[in-house]
Amino acid sequence: MVASANTRLRLETAHLTALFGQHRAVRDVSLLFPAHTVTAIIGPSGCGKSTLLRCLNRMHELTPGASVQGEVLLDNVNIYAADVSPVELRRRIGMVFQRPTPFPTMSIYDNVAAGLRVNGGRRRAALDDAVSRALQQAALWDEVKDRLHTSALDLSGGQQQRLCIARAVAPQPGILLLDEPTASLDPAGTQRIEELCHALKRLYTIVIVTHNMQQAARVSDYTAFMYLGSLIEVGKTNEIFTKPKVEQTEAYITGRFG
Amino acid sequence: MTQLRSDRIYQRALTAFALALPALILVILGVLLVDALPALRRFGPSFLWTSTWDPVAEVYGAAPMIFGTLASSLLALLLAVPLALSVAIFLTEFSPRWLRQPVAFLVELLAAIPSVVYGTWGIFVLIPFLRSYVVPPLKALLGWTPFLQGVFYGNSLLAGGIILAIMIVPYIAAVSREVLLAVPTSQREAALAMGATRWEAVRTAVLPYGRAGLIGAVILGLGRALGETMAVTMVIGNRHDIGVSVLQPAYTMAAAIANEFSEATTGMYQSALVEVGLILFVLTVVVNAIARILIWRVARGAAVGSKAL
Repeated sequence: MVASANTRLRLETAHLTALFGQHRAVRDVSLLFPAHTVTAIIGPSGCGKSTLLRCLNRMHELTPGASVQGEVLLDNVNIYAADVSPVELRRRIGMVFQRPTPFPTMSIYDNVAAGLRVNGGRRRAALDDAVSRALQQAALWDEVKDRLHTSALDLSGGQQQRLCIARAVAPQPGILLLDEPTASLDPAGTQRIEELCHALKRLYTIVIVTHNMQQAARVSDYTAFMYLGSLIEVGKTNEIFTKPKVEQTEAYITGRFG
Repeated sequence: MTQLRSDRIYQRALTAFALALPALILVILGVLLVDALPALRRFGPSFLWTSTWDPVAEVYGAAPMIFGTLASSLLALLLAVPLALSVAIFLTEFSPRWLRQPVAFLVELLAAIPSVVYGTWGIFVLIPFLRSYVVPPLKALLGWTPFLQGVFYGNSLLAGGIILAIMIVPYIAAVSREVLLAVPTSQREAALAMGATRWEAVRTAVLPYGRAGLIGAVILGLGRALGETMAVTMVIGNRHDIGVSVLQPAYTMAAAIANEFSEATTGMYQSALVEVGLILFVLTVVVNAIARILIWRVARGAAVGSKAL
């Protein structure tokens, strides 16, 4: 399986600053997310890592008083340009949140199809195919294929989170943003999600925010360390964890603060 | 040992006062039952579906007012629900922040206007307006349906339904607004993050999540409409008749009790009116109970299922 050629995959921020009113939550961050890799953003609580992630699909601006300076480039197109529709953009960038957010009144099938329906997909056969493909990608298909039309709330927390991944990848977005996706899961559920990150990067460019350094070390190819809104250091994950160049990074990953 | 004597007295007094209110409801129900007993014995269940209301012959049947109560309330819901839901959705999802509190306050202020004022407004403003500007085009367009037969003299089911609709909009809007505010932001964000527009997020995430509570809000409005008396009495025409045309006069249970109690000189007449009251009481209690249960389920998050997480 290879993502189609026209799928946009290369994501980059250029001097990105994110504000809540006057407060600068993300400060002048320039960061490249190479195609078909997993990039982890780590850092202590309040360092701006989730805010940075939410800038990548323009969810940040939905918060009242929030604003953005600088650029986010998706295959060299600035997503904050005046002629880019945030709604269209979000259809090409999937997002999964800290806690599972299945739609409680919908069945498993309808939850996955929801993302396709807002994209204009209505034909039954096409929906069926896309839903089963998305559930397979999220490694949930075998567990739910016999009960697609039962309530999504009958699933365990870990299954619900994989359902949300299926919902996010159903429209074949190209880029997948994961905002601490295992924060509310048990170790078994966490492991399944981490395995998924490995499997899915063949299809998508993945950005994962986590405050769990072991998780970053396990799942990512690149790691970016943020502190007080600034990008302190970024590099190949094994280099960041074995021989960080900046002292603050070393202090954080060895547990001296954070 | 730690509890002082004055505390105990205070606590018992409060308990007694608090229990007095539920007890009062039971007492009212008891009195209604006892006073309605002669009519209940004489007419039996046929009281519910016979239409004769003849104080001279002492024959009573409440079907026209039961019909009028239900018809005027349903007409009111039909008009009020789209309006009230629009207000609630606008205020929670689309309105600029500075506009939210003022509009919510003004809508809720509608509930504070005494119903006799609504009735007066109905007689002097609404009915002439309907007669001049609403009924003629409506008849031209839909005059062939059974719902718009007959001559429009003013006092009618239509006027009653519209007045009721205006009176219940604030209740439905206020409760719906609270229900929508209780929908977690994470649900909206989940929809928006998958590329939904604001309206699609409302439709796919917010409204389904609040479904039970919204139905509760509507039923609460229905409960208000069923029992509303003064304004309806002033504009509905007060005629013991069952007709599907909204242009014709009708009657409601509440209006009948208010109008006729002073004239009810015989025991059986009084008893029949009390039985009407009993029917109305039971109907509104049941409707309100259903509404409350549905709203609580959403407010406590039970509609989402305790199985989540």
